Amino acid sequence: MGKTLLEKVWEIHKVGSISGGRDQIFIGLHLIHEVTSPQAFAMLREMGLKVLFPERTFATCDHIIPTDDISRPFADPLAEEMMQAIEKNIKEFGITFFSPESGKQGIVHIVGPELGLTQPGMTIACGDSHTATHGAFGSIAFGIGTSQVRDVLATQTLALTPLKVRKIDIKNKLKPGVYAKDIILYLINRLGVKGGIGYAYEFAGEAIESLSLEGRMTVCNMAIEGGARVGYINPDQTTYDYIKGREYAPKGKEWDKRLQYWESIKSDPDANYDDVANFDAHDIEPMVTWGITPEQCIPVTEKIPEPKNDIDKEALEYMKFKPGQKIEGTKIDVAFIGSCTNGRIEDLREVAKYIKGNKVAKGVKAFIAPGSMGVKKQAEAEGLHEIFMEAGFEWRNPGCSMCLAMNPDKLVGDQISASSSNRNFKGRQGSPNGRTLLMSPVMVAAAAIAGEVIDARKLLNIK
Amino acid sequence: MQSGHIKKVEGRIVPILGDDIDTDRIIPARYLKCVTFDGLGEFAFYDERFDKEGNSLGHPLDDEKFKGSNIILTGKNFGCGSSREHAPQALKRAGIDAIIAESFAEIFLGNSTTLGIVCITLPKEKIEKIYKTVNNTPDIKVVIDLENNTLTVGNKTYNFDMKETNRQAFLTGTYDSLLELLKNKPKIIELEKNLPYRFV
Repeated sequence: MGKTLLEKVWEIHKVGSISGGRDQIFIGLHLIHEVTSPQAFAMLREMGLKVLFPERTFATCDHIIPTDDISRPFADPLAEEMMQAIEKNIKEFGITFFSPESGKQGIVHIVGPELGLTQPGMTIACGDSHTATHGAFGSIAFGIGTSQVRDVLATQTLALTPLKVRKIDIKNKLKPGVYAKDIILYLINRLGVKGGIGYAYEFAGEAIESLSLEGRMTVCNMAIEGGARVGYINPDQTTYDYIKGREYAPKGKEWDKRLQYWESIKSDPDANYDDVANFDAHDIEPMVTWGITPEQCIPVTEKIPEPKNDIDKEALEYMKFKPGQKIEGTKIDVAFIGSCTNGRIEDLREVAKYIKGNKVAKGVKAFIAPGSMGVKKQAEAEGLHEIFMEAGFEWRNPGCSMCLAMNPDKLVGDQISASSSNRNFKGRQGSPNGRTLLMSPVMVAAAAIAGEVIDARKLLNIK
Repeated sequence: MQSGHIKKVEGRIVPILGDDIDTDRIIPARYLKCVTFDGLGEFAFYDERFDKEGNSLGHPLDDEKFKGSNIILTGKNFGCGSSREHAPQALKRAGIDAIIAESFAEIFLGNSTTLGIVCITLPKEKIEKIYKTVNNTPDIKVVIDLENNTLTVGNKTYNFDMKETNRQAFLTGTYDSLLELLKNKPKIIELEKNLPYRFV
């Protein structure tokens, strides 16, 4: 019987078995940011411990950094304090920091892949649930809490319970105007926000294999929204082509050696899965959330459903929607493109392709926060920023921005936003009664232009 | 770092009902701007507890009936969303020692366990029954007995579910795994040497 990628990578990184049926697993790459690490460093100091492998931890700042004026000190004294804390910690413990001055700062899940740190067959942990993103390369990547950040710093290992694997096989290619974001929203709708608990999701099939690495990252990024801590895709030529030539990518002979390793960790054709779920890409339409969990989503062409349970009723009340109401035509106040889900260069290229010659509707605040300084530079080199600004979008600096609104980008009152981010939770985008509609970046752009939720295929003539 | 055996949690229940209560609701993102976890307790469930002016919205945590309770009773998928430990840290600092739910989100469960917050699960009917009892008699004494896997509410006893690993970790005082991980340092260093990748 063959093995899955998860089993193979797990075995290679297993230090041993420990109490309670758990395994001690070595973490090959540890990423940190300013929000969930300062307390971990404080715990190390308290216990007199060092960072065991500082060369396997990399830091950036993304959650609190402003996207407009990034001159220091930051206007928000709390943000400044957190920034100073990470600067102090990386210095004291000898960790590489992708600071704004380095020109490499950005959202941790965009920076890792962009610099070639993220590679197949790795175990990757970060104090952020969207670490699942890195699974797009065929690595086992997951979010951890701050005590576990401490554990990785001190021992480069974690105590983990083995996971089951569900293979999610999606046949056929996506239709025009349907994107990776629609795949994952569709899957969460079908499998539920709790469907993945205890599982790693292995995404497979033509719909997944035909995606670019950027698209694959979008799918894996939101595995956590489906309850799966880990989502991954077997590496292939697309993966290797993406990594080649990046700053931390292996070079020369080392590349060939590493390639051999990457090929060896793919799931075997006769691997044993704990569960298999089959879908057809032709069934997937551009998706829009109407509620307060990512599961509460529908194709843009459909009507808001009758409530099936208490959480549906709660969502309708919070969102001020009526069952039977069309989601299309919902007026929006804000359009946000960015986040670790959809702040990559490909997302921006796709948006630019369609908004050229269009204008943001009057009264809509539309802004784009690129995922990293690398993405920003690339977009500007291609002249995308001019297209955005011409259309009436604000062009910002990189950071998590309004996805979780820990910086000044926030909804006000009960404003409705069309967002390319990953969570539509109550209050998520910075206002306790703000409302979030999740959708693909192109659908956000279409909503910005129309001033309301609209089928981007119709408005932008996508065929 | 916390250690020490946890065999029992005694106290009173505060019901915070509903499914899919996410970490953003448990601790709104704007309160994560901190370099220590101290003081997070007062912001637990902030947006559901207070309006813009800071007036109470009558959340169960602030209800006189349940004030000072140390055990949360809730629904399905509690703690979904972010991996941030700020959520269980906030609850712990708000005086919460245990949570009874239909189910938990995975990372939240792991984070809570590491901090010594006892998370147990019961089916919906039992949660509803306990809710009725607690709502009528908020002072009723509650005991979670980890050795016998029982939850006693007044004179009613229920068998709860809990990950066996977690139960053992509480009973043996090993729920914070750092010391156990540190023990294998020589093995870790050996494994690292043979790992097929490193960063240069």
